[in-house]
Amino acid sequence: MSAKKTQKAKESKKAKKEKDDGLIRFKINGQAVEARAGWTILETARQNGINIPTLCFHPAVEPIGSCRLCVVEVRQNGYSRVAASCITPVQGGVEVLTDTEEVLNVRRWVLEMLLANCPASHQIRELAKEHGVTSTRFKVEHPEDACPRCGLCVRACDEVVGVRAISLGNRGVFKEVTAPYNQRSMECIRCGTCLYVCPAGAMEQLFPLVSAP
Amino acid sequence: MSVSFGEIEAILERFPPHPEHLVSALQDVQAKFSYIPPAAMRAVCDHLGVPISRGWAVATFYKSFSLEPRGMHEIKVCLGTACHLKGGARLTEGLERELGVERDHTTRDLQFTLETVRCLGTCAMAPVVMIDNDYLGEANIRSLKRELKKL
Amino acid sequence: MERISNVAKLEALRESLHAAHDPERPVVRVCLGPGCLALGANKVSRAFQAAIKAKGMGASVQPLIKETGCHGFCSQGTLVNVDPFNLFYVKVKPDDVEEIVETTLANGQAVERLLYSDNGNRYRSASEVPFYKMQQKVVLKNVGVIDPLKIEDALMAGAYRSLAKVLTGMTPDKVIATVEASGLRGRGGGGFPTGRKWRIAAENIRKNPGAVYVVGNGDEGDPGAFMDRTLMEGDPHAVLEGMIIGGYALGAHQGYIYVRMEYPLAIKNLGVAIEQARALGLLGENILGTGFNFDIRINRGAGAFVCGEETALIASLEGQVGEPIPRPPYPAEKGLWDRPTIINNVETWANVPLIMEKGADWYAGLGVPTSTGTKIFSLVGKLKNTGMIEVPMGISLGRIVEEIGGGVPGQDWFKAVQTGGPSGGCVPYELKDTPVDYDSLSQVGSIMGSGGMIVMDKRDCVVDVARYFLHFLEEESCGKCLPCRLGLKSMQEYLDKFAKGQGSPQDIDDLHSLARAIMKGSLCALGGTAPNPILTTVKYFKDEYLAHVVEKKCPAGVCRDLITYSIDPEACNGCGLCVRNCPQDCISGEKKKAHSIDVSACIRCGQCMDVCPVDAVLVA
Repeated sequence: MSAKKTQKAKESKKAKKEKDDGLIRFKINGQAVEARAGWTILETARQNGINIPTLCFHPAVEPIGSCRLCVVEVRQNGYSRVAASCITPVQGGVEVLTDTEEVLNVRRWVLEMLLANCPASHQIRELAKEHGVTSTRFKVEHPEDACPRCGLCVRACDEVVGVRAISLGNRGVFKEVTAPYNQRSMECIRCGTCLYVCPAGAMEQLFPLVSAP
Repeated sequence: MSVSFGEIEAILERFPPHPEHLVSALQDVQAKFSYIPPAAMRAVCDHLGVPISRGWAVATFYKSFSLEPRGMHEIKVCLGTACHLKGGARLTEGLERELGVERDHTTRDLQFTLETVRCLGTCAMAPVVMIDNDYLGEANIRSLKRELKKL
Repeated sequence: MERISNVAKLEALRESLHAAHDPERPVVRVCLGPGCLALGANKVSRAFQAAIKAKGMGASVQPLIKETGCHGFCSQGTLVNVDPFNLFYVKVKPDDVEEIVETTLANGQAVERLLYSDNGNRYRSASEVPFYKMQQKVVLKNVGVIDPLKIEDALMAGAYRSLAKVLTGMTPDKVIATVEASGLRGRGGGGFPTGRKWRIAAENIRKNPGAVYVVGNGDEGDPGAFMDRTLMEGDPHAVLEGMIIGGYALGAHQGYIYVRMEYPLAIKNLGVAIEQARALGLLGENILGTGFNFDIRINRGAGAFVCGEETALIASLEGQVGEPIPRPPYPAEKGLWDRPTIINNVETWANVPLIMEKGADWYAGLGVPTSTGTKIFSLVGKLKNTGMIEVPMGISLGRIVEEIGGGVPGQDWFKAVQTGGPSGGCVPYELKDTPVDYDSLSQVGSIMGSGGMIVMDKRDCVVDVARYFLHFLEEESCGKCLPCRLGLKSMQEYLDKFAKGQGSPQDIDDLHSLARAIMKGSLCALGGTAPNPILTTVKYFKDEYLAHVVEKKCPAGVCRDLITYSIDPEACNGCGLCVRNCPQDCISGEKKKAHSIDVSACIRCGQCMDVCPVDAVLVA
């Protein structure tokens, strides 16, 4: 009886300590993890050596949740939702699963579609292969295209360099990385940051088209 | 239409120099010149303090902006659901053949711009075509040809 | 009129307007709603003015011509109501006006031939017509009655009475509690409880004091839907009053109405209403002398469907590209300029004054317990009576189509009803008893949406309809996230194949799996709901998909690669219209004798079918 009491007291003490240290505790794939408030699920996973694939994520710029490769299933109180881990803040007590059927279904289809839409990207081909996607059922309309339109280059030019020479022009399926009037940018300082951050190697083709002459 | 500095100035005067007015200012430019001339784009961006790359992104994102001059007459074929079910797509193709221009383009003589729009909100009259500011309800290629002749 | 400095003066003004009103004076209400306008209602209205003038109708009882918002029964336009005779005229043309002036206005008699008749019955007043009889006009009670450009009309109908009541007798908390108790849910599509949304915002404002905004979402983008347009055009003050009350409840001082640019008349009427309300002190500084300041600005949309999504709408208000951002944080926590913001559809706003006036209990008594109140729908497609209707929530889909809509002409069933626009689904005839409320519609795989209801008959192909919506969304996707940008295009590849009679049953299953990935993986609701038209049609009409893929046939006769056109020699009267309109010159025949189509040259454009006056062009 008393042993149980001590045990309980210990537990409540432990709980109190946990509350005090400001850390948020939850589980990823069954593994208990700790995070600071404001961290994302992706950051926490990487901190703990759990791999979640990404394309449009780069630690130097704000995440926007564009590529959706980093989706995970978040379960809480019997509810489950699929969320992009790069923009989803951590939440105490939830259970995050990175490889459920629902998650893999999203990831595989996105990769298969990317193979058809960015056929010239070696990097995307490699990433797809890692996830078992080696061919695509969709039409390849532009064999030379490598750009996934994730906008990492644009965000880097804005947030890191502060020049804002390029933008994502048009919308939807017509979206493309451009400089105003589809001409070479007069603002560009040819720093090459966009080349460096591009996850698909697409900037190598695009740089000569958008950078300052 | 030629673009004068004074006309652009007059539009800019309506807006305090703040980026929030980018969409509204470009709408006024579009309304005035029926497209966004490069000079006006630069002036608006400078006035509101936004990089030209953002003006470009906004102008190409929203469908109501045009970066090229448009035709004297605008023909809008509604492709809302009701119009689709009642043959809006066939009408569009008919007009493309009639005018010799693809949808969302302007005839070479700058007479007509053929556009498709998503629901004019006159679904009960489907299929509907708008020629400039006039609605033509229960349209078919024959009634359209007749209307076009009047212009 | 001068500025009203307190509530008593508002009521005094209302009374003086009523006192000056002569109930015997004839009033002609000409519908200038979207449908009638397309039919030339303007000319009808002008003809009335001219005819009255020409007739020199007396100084004493000069009839009043009112240009009103939509009367609803669009398929019978131009609609004209004449009071105090309570006569309802349909299909009025400018040429009919003289007779109405002579017979009705001068002599008080009905012009029989212009009355609505159906199945041998002739109806004198609108309220007797089956189309109207089944409806319950609550939010639309003033639309079609008042002249939207005259605030006096709105005031006589009771406008701003709720505002006065709220400002002088209710605490902000009480206003929110009343909305909560009414059970009102968002009319824009999602159906989130409005009161809860306000409560969350109020909590956030308490924790984080500072500016707060209210927004009216009038970016009605769903094709086949024109409820918001009708409301904004026909009774703009209802929307304004709701927003001012919302502003008071949340302590906001600035409101925005975001109106689609395709609705110039809504923008104009709202603009006039704002000016008039401001001039009377019902908007702006020190409203009704209570010390409450609140103003409203109109923002025009710039042509992007995705801006109906609240986070994209906020981005657009801030002058940016209208791309959605992930929620949470919801706008009630972090919205315009990162401040708590309440965004409600304009129809939701127009419900608010009614709830304040008649109470939460009254409102909760309308409709069904989980979906209270009424809902406005635009009822269009292949049915006899098309137009705009308002019905209590919970009425069955079948009753709307068959009793109000009069069913599909010449057929005793309908194939399906598409609700909720591109985010919704097709509900088949077998489920016609489905109650129209938020939860029942989502149970059958569709959504309430903003209120578009499109009736399909046996000549409509579900593959084609699914393709249509996908194509619509593909053009409207902002392209920010990959599942939506690439997924819509990829799903369309499948449907394009089916429409050509290619593909295999396995492809139908693959499409289903892809649809699920897009539903789960997309960033915002546009992508997240985009697969609904496919998921519901595959679920309810799988046979039709299989007919395309396996039998290479389009049973509805729509998919171009799977059909042929021919001319019925019995029906053809040889008028030659088809010959003149055939772009391929592949129709031939002697004048006044049966024509025929050279199938080898035919490109199946369908122009001949559209222009044929005797329906002799057959498709198989």
